[in-house]
Amino acid sequence: MANRLQFENNCDIGVFSKLTNAYCMVAIGGSEGFYSEFESELSGVIPVVKTSIAGTRLVGRLCAGNKNGLLLPHTTTDQELQHLRNCLPDQVVVQRIEEKLSALGNCIACNDHVALTHTDLDRETEEIIADVLGVEVFRQTIAGNILVGSFCALSNRGGLVHPHTSIEDLDELSTLLQVPLVAGTVNRGSEVIAAGMIVNDWTAFCGLDTTATEFSVIESVFKLRDSQPSVIVDEMRKSLIDSYV
Amino acid sequence: MSGILGMAHDAGMFTVHQTIGSVLCCKCGIRMQPNAANMCVKCLRSEVDITEGLLKRLVLVHCPECESYLQPPRTWVKLQLESKELLTFCLKKLQKNMNINKVKLVNAEFIWTEPHSKRVKVKVSVQKEVYHGAILEQSYLVEYVQQDHLCESCAKVAANPDQWVAAVQLRQHVSHRRTFYYLEQLILRHGAAARAVRIKQMDHGIDFYFSNRSHGNKFVEFIGKVAPVKSRSDKQLVSHDSKSNNYNYKYTFSVEISPICREDLICLPPKAAAILGNIGPIVVCTKVTNSIALLDPLTLKFGFLDAEQYWRTSFKSLLTSRQLVEYIVLDIEPVSSEITVGGMKYVLADAQVARVSDFGSNDTQFTIRTHLGHLLKPGDHALGYDLYGANTNDMELDRYKGYIPEVVLIKKSYEEKRQKKRGKARPWKLKSLNMEVDDKIKVDEDKRDAEYEHFLKDLEENPELRFNISLYQNNDYQPSEVGSVTDVDDGEEIPSVPFEELVSGLEELGLDDNANGEDSMAE
Repeated sequence: MANRLQFENNCDIGVFSKLTNAYCMVAIGGSEGFYSEFESELSGVIPVVKTSIAGTRLVGRLCAGNKNGLLLPHTTTDQELQHLRNCLPDQVVVQRIEEKLSALGNCIACNDHVALTHTDLDRETEEIIADVLGVEVFRQTIAGNILVGSFCALSNRGGLVHPHTSIEDLDELSTLLQVPLVAGTVNRGSEVIAAGMIVNDWTAFCGLDTTATEFSVIESVFKLRDSQPSVIVDEMRKSLIDSYV
Repeated sequence: MSGILGMAHDAGMFTVHQTIGSVLCCKCGIRMQPNAANMCVKCLRSEVDITEGLLKRLVLVHCPECESYLQPPRTWVKLQLESKELLTFCLKKLQKNMNINKVKLVNAEFIWTEPHSKRVKVKVSVQKEVYHGAILEQSYLVEYVQQDHLCESCAKVAANPDQWVAAVQLRQHVSHRRTFYYLEQLILRHGAAARAVRIKQMDHGIDFYFSNRSHGNKFVEFIGKVAPVKSRSDKQLVSHDSKSNNYNYKYTFSVEISPICREDLICLPPKAAAILGNIGPIVVCTKVTNSIALLDPLTLKFGFLDAEQYWRTSFKSLLTSRQLVEYIVLDIEPVSSEITVGGMKYVLADAQVARVSDFGSNDTQFTIRTHLGHLLKPGDHALGYDLYGANTNDMELDRYKGYIPEVVLIKKSYEEKRQKKRGKARPWKLKSLNMEVDDKIKVDEDKRDAEYEHFLKDLEENPELRFNISLYQNNDYQPSEVGSVTDVDDGEEIPSVPFEELVSGLEELGLDDNANGEDSMAE
């Protein structure tokens, strides 16, 4: 199921929050309503952490992460780093990296297996991404935009990319990611996908302006209609049992 | 990006072909090519109305009398319905409003409306940038309502058509109106009477009425430049407001043109003769502008009298062109070679002439001296003054008894040749002022027509007269071949107006009746 919400009358919720399969980060100091939306949807499944990064509320744009790890920019303070290490599950590696492109959320788009990155990232950073997040790294552009993190939203089940992406690019990207991709929009025609929505394998949150059409595209490409955390566990259990048997 | 791709392509690099994909319209879900708003055109239209805040109903203040429109604050412009100018005028009213709304005008056209509906409808197309660079074009209808409101000049006329402030009374005390026919053409050519409220033909002259004193003044000045005149002005107090020191006058300019006309014979008084270096005393007036040109036909002495000099002595003509008598030239013998006097060529000659009326009845002949030696040949007809038979009543002339010539020839006569052409239209026409005729004067139609015909002949014979007036091509005229053949047979052609001199304003002439009216209204 996907949800619509707003952060302080602003529909760009992807700027102020970060969602992965293992944790959710929400900007601190926002309204309690914004936080409780996440809490009601995710409580008991994954931790919802209120935090700031580098003293700002732009949590979603400054960090990149998946269920394996979390990358923080060099501007992150020690307190914030410590707070995150305390709050996130133990298996999540939290790492602060020295990269001059400090808005990591804009430069890196990833799911649990593959990451697309800004073409100008350091080679060291690339290695760290591969190590910490446990992903294969590809330097890519999306519809000519180098800020891959801004113009696409990915999960392990699907992805939504910039509406101007050509069919050839879509083919190439979906081959790399091994998930189906769709060109689309959020927030009533906005092409900045990652700013307008956050998504993981079983849930998504979109800006309040998102229309029914966009909503249905999101739900279908990310396969959210029938997905609940329990469903996934059931599926895994089935396969496990299969293997047991 | 396309530039980079283009460069790569030029350099022979491999480039992947880019197929533009499709996305769903974010509102209605229809499949479409992605655009800046990521919304299909229909949804975009329904979402944003770029004509919002634009004026759709305006008022045109329109004068029903003179069909003109008010250009604020107080100019009135004459515009035709459905014309390009009216469209420009209408759009100008929208421009400011469009600029405020950051809308760009791309197209506009009239939608036909019944003229009586007092509505002017314009279909206007505008462009505006909406959402991140998407440009939307939309057309809408602007309705202009014509509000009738008399313009100042029409209101004045409507309130009282006789509302004049200055009247110019132009007079010449002679028995014919030829001077006024000529002046009429000059006035038309120079548009001097364009501001006249009313023009009225009077006995011995014309009255011009103006709504402004300065207009009257200007007109008097114009007349002063083309004719030897003497003028005086008077004013009459109509009303006054002593508290605010406002005085309301009516002005009258009395302008008198000297009675000396072209071709008149004059016996100069000694004073005037002295001014001109003792020429004369019998002289012929050859030209009248703002001065009078006088020529002594016996000696070819020549002199100018300007208006001031004339009015100081103010002599009258001895004989005028109505009293011209036709002579036949029996013999002619040049005395001098060709002499140019005052821009005209003359040859002094001795001639033997006889009155045409005497032919067959008696043998009266006159041996005279004439200045027309270059024109006349034996057998020619000529017009001249018969001083021998004249019964004059001039004190001056009596003094010179015995010294005055018996005949003074004035011009060659083309009367005989004209006979053939009689009744045929001329290849040219003249405009005319639309004058009211004073009901007190009796108009003798025959006399008027004859005078006008005389004036037209004069124009044909004298290129100098045509110099300052506009002749228009005559539509009805068809050159006849027979006529031209006979002309050639005669060896000498009747003087006529060369085709190049005609103004090709046929349409203009067609409109002339109301054109004059419009001219005066336009101001």
